[in-house]
Amino acid sequence: MLKIYKSAYEFIRRHGEQTYPHECCGVLLGQMNGDGRVVTSAVPCGNTRTDSPQNRYHIDPKELVRIQREGRERNQDILGFYHSHPDHPACWSSTDLAEAHWFGCSYVITSVEKGKAVLTNSFLLDGTGEDDKHLDEEPIQIAL
Amino acid sequence: MKILIPTPLRQYSNKQSAVELKAATVGEALSGLVTQHPDLRRQLYTEEGKLRAFVNVYLNDEDVRYLQKEATRVRDSDTIAIVPSIAGGRA
Repeated sequence: MLKIYKSAYEFIRRHGEQTYPHECCGVLLGQMNGDGRVVTSAVPCGNTRTDSPQNRYHIDPKELVRIQREGRERNQDILGFYHSHPDHPACWSSTDLAEAHWFGCSYVITSVEKGKAVLTNSFLLDGTGEDDKHLDEEPIQIAL
Repeated sequence: MKILIPTPLRQYSNKQSAVELKAATVGEALSGLVTQHPDLRRQLYTEEGKLRAFVNVYLNDEDVRYLQKEATRVRDSDTIAIVPSIAGGRA
């Protein structure tokens, strides 16, 4: 299960609406503790796939380095990432799986239809390596 | 110098989020890291011993691909960040 603060949940859905018809992307920060994994904030990132932003996203690693550093200063870890699927289901694609490498992290996808966020789903990347990795749907619990 | 371990790799580094070690180059530092934590080798390197394409290595704020790659010299005060790439898309 992925617990996510309501403010972060609404933020990522709004971000998808703002970038429509292009895919949005960003980082989920939070803590892992006795409560499990709790996302407390979402950090928007630029999509470097300016060649095909309607169906592709890529986050500049330099942004991740900065976000990771700033997160550490606030005792926050990277728990996952989010992106949107314009006019497409909130389900991982073969591209999403091929490009997923952060094992144990959540990949949150929001479907945005005609500019409105519809469904937000989360998938946990599991496996031992590139040969057996898989994305498993996990429930989202919104924490107020 | 310090190597920052990203969340997905901490299961292979005894849950440590950072590892301190001595090295003269980025290559030596990474080699020292996988010597200390052998389970990390498969995650970072191919069977041919090359860094996996999706593994980005930053020395402070610079991608080592644009420096001298693994031959980039490091100082005691430097920080190396290992950052797996993030990408995807609906199609």
